[in-house]
Amino acid sequence: MLYRRNPQLNKNGELVHLLSIEGLPASILRQLLDTAESFVSVNDREVKKVPLLRGRSVFNLFFENSTRTRTTFEIAAKRLSADVINLDIARSSASKGESLLDTIANLSAMAADIFVVRHGESGAPYLIAKHVAPHVHVINAGDGRHAHPTQGLLDMFTIRHYKKDFSNLTVAIVGDVLHSRVARSDIHGLTTLGAAEVRVVGPKTLVPSDLAQMGVRVCHNLKEGIRDCDVIITLRLQNERMSGALLPSAQEYSMSYGLSREVLQLAKPDAIVMHPGPINRGVEIDSAVVDGVQSVILPQVTFGIAVRMAVMSLVAGNDAN
Amino acid sequence: MSTGSTADDTAAHAAEAVRDVPSLVQALARGVGALCRPGSRLVGIATGGAWLAERLQAELGLPGEHGVLSSAMHRDDFAQRGLSAREPTRLGFDVNGAHVIVIDDVLYTGRTIRAVVNELYDYGRPASVSLAVLIDRNGRELPIQADFAAARVELPVDKRVALRRDTAGVLSVVIDGLPA
Repeated sequence: MLYRRNPQLNKNGELVHLLSIEGLPASILRQLLDTAESFVSVNDREVKKVPLLRGRSVFNLFFENSTRTRTTFEIAAKRLSADVINLDIARSSASKGESLLDTIANLSAMAADIFVVRHGESGAPYLIAKHVAPHVHVINAGDGRHAHPTQGLLDMFTIRHYKKDFSNLTVAIVGDVLHSRVARSDIHGLTTLGAAEVRVVGPKTLVPSDLAQMGVRVCHNLKEGIRDCDVIITLRLQNERMSGALLPSAQEYSMSYGLSREVLQLAKPDAIVMHPGPINRGVEIDSAVVDGVQSVILPQVTFGIAVRMAVMSLVAGNDAN
Repeated sequence: MSTGSTADDTAAHAAEAVRDVPSLVQALARGVGALCRPGSRLVGIATGGAWLAERLQAELGLPGEHGVLSSAMHRDDFAQRGLSAREPTRLGFDVNGAHVIVIDDVLYTGRTIRAVVNELYDYGRPASVSLAVLIDRNGRELPIQADFAAARVELPVDKRVALRRDTAGVLSVVIDGLPA
């Protein structure tokens, strides 16, 4: 069989698109995290802007709404001096019947250099990456249930920032793992970077046991799942899951899987608590934990800008050919 | 005499001039000492210049820690070479109103200096910026000169000269990757 190259890498093994953490070597993940490190300090400057992407155009294509992710991509692109064009596709061409590839072809004709794509369908960013010119780059900002690589990377950055090394870490991912692209990206990131143990914790309907194939330990009991953990990643309970008979009610979910201060005491005393946002306070996580000393939820948002700057500047410096 | 041997002679002369690194560092220390005024700040360009700035800070008995400047964010060859993530910029002082002495190992095209001066200005408006280098070589592509150079050498254009530091912290000069 013909060996098929990872579509994210060029023939020199350099990153040209960021579509998924899955399949990226640890060296590339570390390069992204190291590069992000150098962008964190841009915040300390009087001029919070560097000219790396001056004269380039970043198109934010959000076929699905996401204010936070779109905003952090926009800030990241602007701090790199790129021109940023936000397209609310959900309300424009697509609704008039234009196909995805026609939309991309038209925007390419407007001299786009980077497409940041959020799409409800898994794989949409791959399709786009396959059809763009060699100097154009695609960054997946979340596709269906598949992947959310920049969130995964910013989670890895946050963990590395507070815990330094992955090799001794036990990480618990709590909540709706089944439908979560964040969880999937986190699991690939953690296993690639060599975390000692990754646990996924939640009810059987949201954390099926075949997830163990991804190299994680499946737990259906919260207390057992977070015992002696170094890192707890809580996932948002998506309201739309209530209607599908996957859960009885938010209250009941909270009773069994909500992260309270009492339960958090079972983790290591210096454990950090993360959440990709938006938070449902009192459902998957108690307010006292969100605002508590172990919470690093807001630093995650700040690091997200540096991580997205790193992704954009790295892919922009590599040609597909 | 063939052109080749002239080039070799030039390289041999240059190698001779930069072989004794401890003496060059002493000369650089004296030169930087003369450029210093009360409140001057030493800032080395990552990575060779930062090694030298660290030495000079101690040698000249200056208080605090030396600064580090990275050219990565302002390089003009980003489109060709992509991002080089090395040691990031670290300035532990207020750049506004400061007298900054930029230290580098080799002054060549001048492009790195252009980049780091831009980088410095992202942190504030210094009162003055001067430049001291260990080795000033031919090949300038911008109107940039050093205020002090411990050695000035002529090299064939394709030869690369660089400072190296071994695990014991000993500095040496290499030309095209080989010891000078």
